[in-house]
Amino acid sequence: MTLFLEQLLNGLQFGVMLFLMAAGLTLIFGIMGIINLAHGSIYMVGAYAGALVITETDSFLLGIPAALVVAAIVGILMEVTVIRRLYRRDHLDQVLATFAIILILNQAITILFGRQPLFAAMPAGLGGSIELLPGLIYPVYRLAIIVVGLSVAAGLYLLINRTRIGMLVRAGSTNRDMVRALGVDIRMLYTIVFGLGALLAGLAGLMAGPILAVQVGMGEQILITTFVVVVIGGVGSIKGAFYASLIIGVVDTLLRAYLPGLLRQFMVGSEADALGAGVSSMGIYLLMALVLLARPKGLFVADS
Amino acid sequence: MPISKLGRPFFALAVLAALIALPPVADAMGQPALTSMAARILIYGIAAASLNIVLGYGGMVSFGHAAFFGVGGYVVGILYAHHASGDPLFGFIPGSNQLLVTLPAAILVSGLAALVIGALSLRTSGVQFIMITLAFAQMLFFLFVSLKTYGGDDGLIIRRANEAPWLNMRDKQTVYYVCLAIAVAFFALLWRFVNSRFANVLMGLRQSERRMAAIGLPAYRYKLAAFVISGMGAGLAGALMANFLRFASPDMLHWTKSGELMVMVILGGVGTLFGPLAGAAVYIILESVLASWTEYWQLGVGIILLFVVLYTHGGVQALALRLAGRRP
Repeated sequence: MTLFLEQLLNGLQFGVMLFLMAAGLTLIFGIMGIINLAHGSIYMVGAYAGALVITETDSFLLGIPAALVVAAIVGILMEVTVIRRLYRRDHLDQVLATFAIILILNQAITILFGRQPLFAAMPAGLGGSIELLPGLIYPVYRLAIIVVGLSVAAGLYLLINRTRIGMLVRAGSTNRDMVRALGVDIRMLYTIVFGLGALLAGLAGLMAGPILAVQVGMGEQILITTFVVVVIGGVGSIKGAFYASLIIGVVDTLLRAYLPGLLRQFMVGSEADALGAGVSSMGIYLLMALVLLARPKGLFVADS
Repeated sequence: MPISKLGRPFFALAVLAALIALPPVADAMGQPALTSMAARILIYGIAAASLNIVLGYGGMVSFGHAAFFGVGGYVVGILYAHHASGDPLFGFIPGSNQLLVTLPAAILVSGLAALVIGALSLRTSGVQFIMITLAFAQMLFFLFVSLKTYGGDDGLIIRRANEAPWLNMRDKQTVYYVCLAIAVAFFALLWRFVNSRFANVLMGLRQSERRMAAIGLPAYRYKLAAFVISGMGAGLAGALMANFLRFASPDMLHWTKSGELMVMVILGGVGTLFGPLAGAAVYIILESVLASWTEYWQLGVGIILLFVVLYTHGGVQALALRLAGRRP
């Protein structure tokens, strides 16, 4: 039971990381109609900036602004130089241009940092574990990720539902041209939203640093899972992204934890492990297929 | 039509003649590597032209076509593995090393894969379609990675290329000519396809699905049929690639491979018959030229791709025409 709870927490932790990515991706799509493949690259840039500063200065606290600022700057630069030209283009051009950005950023990072992965140190004070329940000992850092992720989700909810910017965001995602006609500087709004998405991706990258290897290719790995989240939650819906992130995070983690063991009851150990690993990697895609059969537009978007 | 209607067949024939003459000429020049480069261009050309059926003519942005390419390759590899070991697949399908068996099998299986993936993905459109095709391709990627019996991560070595009647397939040049013959047949079929009623419906769907529905055409079925045909073409290319490299690996299904195929299509020009072949040539030549200069060749590819997408409006073909002072 404690093992199950631990895996559940791991799933939650993965889920909130996915949410940080999915929220940005779905916001950017919802407001600007842009499919941004390079969102994963911003996550990678944030992770590298964070890991570099943390390693150089031995201070996780300094790593936080570094990752966030660098990610936001890279995101805004991306918007101003490339994405802005793509608003009126079709999805094919958007996919290819952002695919090009992935190639460029991946190679740039390889040139700057080499192919060896970086590892960021845990922040001081969060390195240990605490006993949540009798027998359930859990790393503090992972708990901190969950707390940060949930607070960001709450903050986003307030930002979008209670502030002027949020009102414009909601209006923009309903009818872009109308917002522009009312005299809102929509370009500025686009840049802000893109920068916000980049900031969230950078935050996810920063927090991933101490628990994952910071390396080239980490961005695409999480990007494709994020796509699954966005499809299941419904494109453009932040609420959908939130629930779908948690579902995907938990399902993926539990499958990885329990499937090989289940299969081992029927087959040889090594084969069971290989097949289990494969099938559990496929699990979320199968879940996506099932959701598509029932609700083609995603779970949290009303069918029109 | 900037190039006169008469000029086009002549140009195609000239390219064909050059491709036929290539192996002996390359050998005489002491550059036998050119032949295998040309074979790769032909194979990727078939795959990219297949993708172009959905992408260019149908307006469906599939980001998962490497899946069908890889499935085609794995059909050849798995049938060969069972032929070599002697025990049948699933207990009743005998292995094979005959090209005339494995190619149709590869086309069939990748068509089936496209039927399943297409039937699900086409329930959506637009940006979801892109994400979903990508996700399904990734799922198949993980499937093949987990199949330890067939090499898993490392891939599956095919000791000898498939045999074909009267041909010595151990000779690389023969394999090249087989690829060339299949490519010619493929593009001839594709030409018939592009000028068919079916393709007209497809292009109509790209422009306005609602309008086509209004005149009574079942959009979903047409799109699914196009998706399956496109998957079959990619599977054929994958099967040829497995024969050519004597190797099938999960890399064939990697999402970057899907990206590369799309890049080839856009480099050559979306929705044109030979554009993807030209795009494949440009991409592969670019890749080998850049790779000979620097190990960071992808940086160059990325920058060029970005330039092409942002500024050319219609790929290399259109750019060349515009530079020549004509509007595409």
